Amino acid sequence: MTISGVALLALCTLLGQILGELLGYSLGVKANVGGVGIAMLLLIVARLQLQKRGLLSVGVNQGVSLWGSLYIPIVVAMAAQQDVVAAVGSGPMVIAGGAGVVLICFLTVALIARLSPGGETMDEIEARERREARATAAAAMGSVL
Amino acid sequence: MIARIDHLLVANAFLVAFAIVGLVMWLSNAISTRLTAGRIHGSAIAILIGLAMSFWGGLATGGHKGVADIPILSGIGLMGGAMLRDFAIVATACEVDLDRAKRAGMIGFIALLLGTVIPFLFGAALAWAFGYRDAVSISTIGAGAVTYIVGPVTGAALGATSVVMALSIAIGVVKAMLVMIFTPMVAHLIGLNNPRSAMVFGGMMGTVSGVSAGLAATDRRLVPYGALTATFHTGLGCLLAPSILYFAVRAWVGGI
Repeated sequence: MTISGVALLALCTLLGQILGELLGYSLGVKANVGGVGIAMLLLIVARLQLQKRGLLSVGVNQGVSLWGSLYIPIVVAMAAQQDVVAAVGSGPMVIAGGAGVVLICFLTVALIARLSPGGETMDEIEARERREARATAAAAMGSVL
Repeated sequence: MIARIDHLLVANAFLVAFAIVGLVMWLSNAISTRLTAGRIHGSAIAILIGLAMSFWGGLATGGHKGVADIPILSGIGLMGGAMLRDFAIVATACEVDLDRAKRAGMIGFIALLLGTVIPFLFGAALAWAFGYRDAVSISTIGAGAVTYIVGPVTGAALGATSVVMALSIAIGVVKAMLVMIFTPMVAHLIGLNNPRSAMVFGGMMGTVSGVSAGLAATDRRLVPYGALTATFHTGLGCLLAPSILYFAVRAWVGGI
């Protein structure tokens, strides 16, 4: 059932947000600390557990991946409701501040990437996974024959 | 008759939002393949169109929520609001490779710390350069350079004036928008093509909206890794900015 995947996702998201609030509260912070991150970890753990018990049905995966695939359109809708007028019109300090901080952060990311080579790129990972899938398929064929 | 259709569209605002955003996505992908031969990602163009729409919406209504202030487009507010955004980000967790995330754990944490302290120091120096001399204003503006949520949370905790609060929010918003726009352009320069650098990027840039949109426009497969660290960034900022970082600023400017 597709709804079971959507429900699992909703449960993980809500539980993550609640735990994030509790963490923020216990640290004396007026904000949610890592709610979405905790929810992501919960979802990963839940899927692993379901998989282990053989309960990870096509429907569950469908319900989750439906929302994952709507992610970019949702981001576009988010961009369409920012206060761009205020950001553009609020003067040199704001523009200088925003531009400067982004530049510094980009430079730091580049520096960290230089200092510790990043390993496989996404393209290399997918190529390797395809190779491995072919290898296991070939092995399975071999054992059948 | 027009009034009746208008009423119908407002009553179905969420569906209108799906239709409009779908149209924007389709148009962006067409522009991407036809006019740029796929060099600029369709999602990047769609996000730029989104920002342009919000500029137009802000001018047309005088409101603060872009096109979401226009009644028939109010569904965009729900579709792109925090609830569905977080819901969709969590859904991308399915694509995370746990081993790979674990291996990037330590460096992600370092990036989170740097991503809080470096922007704060920059913002604080900027506030100083623009003539602010009290620790509360300097810290609030510094916190705004972390993200537009850390700014007002810090300002509220320290009792900053509303002008300073507005400034700190605006710096954070400009940061988020610039991250959305420039990430795909600088991605290959800063080595943003693997899960680990995406986690560093998420921890460093922080703004969940900027990181998630910027990575979406660069390479959709990197989104979950960046989001995983970025989501801790605001919390860490809200923890450090009104406490340790504020005390450091107060010690430096001589306390009020």
